[in-house]
Amino acid sequence: MEDLKTYLVEHPFLQGLEPRYVDLIVGCAKNVRFDTGEFLLREGEEANEFYLIRHGKVSLEIYAAEKGHITVQTAGEGDVLGWSWLIPPYHWQFDVRATEMVRAIALDGKCLRTKCEEDHHLGYELLKRFAHLVSQRLESTRLQLLDVYGDKD
Amino acid sequence: MIAEATEPMVSRPFRVDRTWKETHDTFSLELHPLDGGDFTFLPGQFNMLYQWGIGEVPISISGHPAAAGKAVHTIRAVGSVTKMMRQLRRGDVIGVRGPYGTPWPVADIAGQDIVIITGGIGLAPLRPVMYHLLQHRDRYGKILMLYGARTPNDMLYVKELEQWRGRFDLHVSVTVDRAESSWRGNVGVVTNLMPRFHFDQEMTIAMVCGPEIMMRFTLQELSKRGIPAENIFVSMERNMKCGIGLCGHCQFGPDFICKDGPVFRYDRIKDRMLKREL
Repeated sequence: MEDLKTYLVEHPFLQGLEPRYVDLIVGCAKNVRFDTGEFLLREGEEANEFYLIRHGKVSLEIYAAEKGHITVQTAGEGDVLGWSWLIPPYHWQFDVRATEMVRAIALDGKCLRTKCEEDHHLGYELLKRFAHLVSQRLESTRLQLLDVYGDKD
Repeated sequence: MIAEATEPMVSRPFRVDRTWKETHDTFSLELHPLDGGDFTFLPGQFNMLYQWGIGEVPISISGHPAAAGKAVHTIRAVGSVTKMMRQLRRGDVIGVRGPYGTPWPVADIAGQDIVIITGGIGLAPLRPVMYHLLQHRDRYGKILMLYGARTPNDMLYVKELEQWRGRFDLHVSVTVDRAESSWRGNVGVVTNLMPRFHFDQEMTIAMVCGPEIMMRFTLQELSKRGIPAENIFVSMERNMKCGIGLCGHCQFGPDFICKDGPVFRYDRIKDRMLKREL
């Protein structure tokens, strides 16, 4: 449990979180590992967890019948995967697959939602961090859509 | 008969000794002065290349700064002049004026960590920096290069990127905006790569070159990471025509990009970057 707590405190997503909240969160956390090619999340499935990546690399993909798996983004060490556990109807919107062996901390979304309902300060702290993450992803997506390296005309 | 270049607006004839394709729309030329004279440049400088009878374009010099006597240019075929230049073959002659413009500050940053962030064809004016840094590797601290491209097929200098990635004294990370499922590398914008690295705020010099939108977001990210504006250098490439500060096309507030740039220290131009009237 202490190791897990250390990992949580050191992960960039939770850096600076008050120790009492780390103590609350650690009860919802577990260490996980995925081999190359293994799926962490599957589009449409219930979103019960999210992941703090400690090591390795994953690709966020969407499947199109005519094109197969399309990689939308990749993520790696220090990144956070998944916010669908926070937003109804709590289903994943993308596939996430390990492109290298991945070590991560999985956080139980249901467990966290309950704790956030019980302690709104914790809920606010986490929401602020997820809002920042969502805004970063939105900014990145906009830049990708702008096709800044494309032809000027 | 080809006139000898004696005036700043008169081109010097250079022979095309080699041409090669970099990507589907980008190619490189290796040029030598026809008069047998010398040619030297500093990393970040550009030449005005003149396709006889068609027009003249400013193009960064992308070769090795220590390889005297030749000019290597990487050119994207997007306009009438550059599309004609794509037809050039060994033995053809074009006009060259230059080198012009301010260089990257490679001589003044010994002992510092260097972060190079570039996108698309913005890698071309930074390749001479990489050559210089690697030639004098012991003079510099950590070197990090982050490169973003549209797709894997749009990446420049792939073989060199692979060689650089294989070195132990250098960190190179590449990402693309879009990729097929066969691509095993990063997907996402170049700024996404930055959180993965620690920057020593006071000891880091950043050099940024790419489309202006990409540079704006990169500069924001560098600022968020505490890199002072005076430690950041950018290459601006707006509307250059004469190359010597006479015509005024590239005026950027009190500066002419061709003469006072293209490389600027960010704190000098920070307040002008978002001014639409300039």
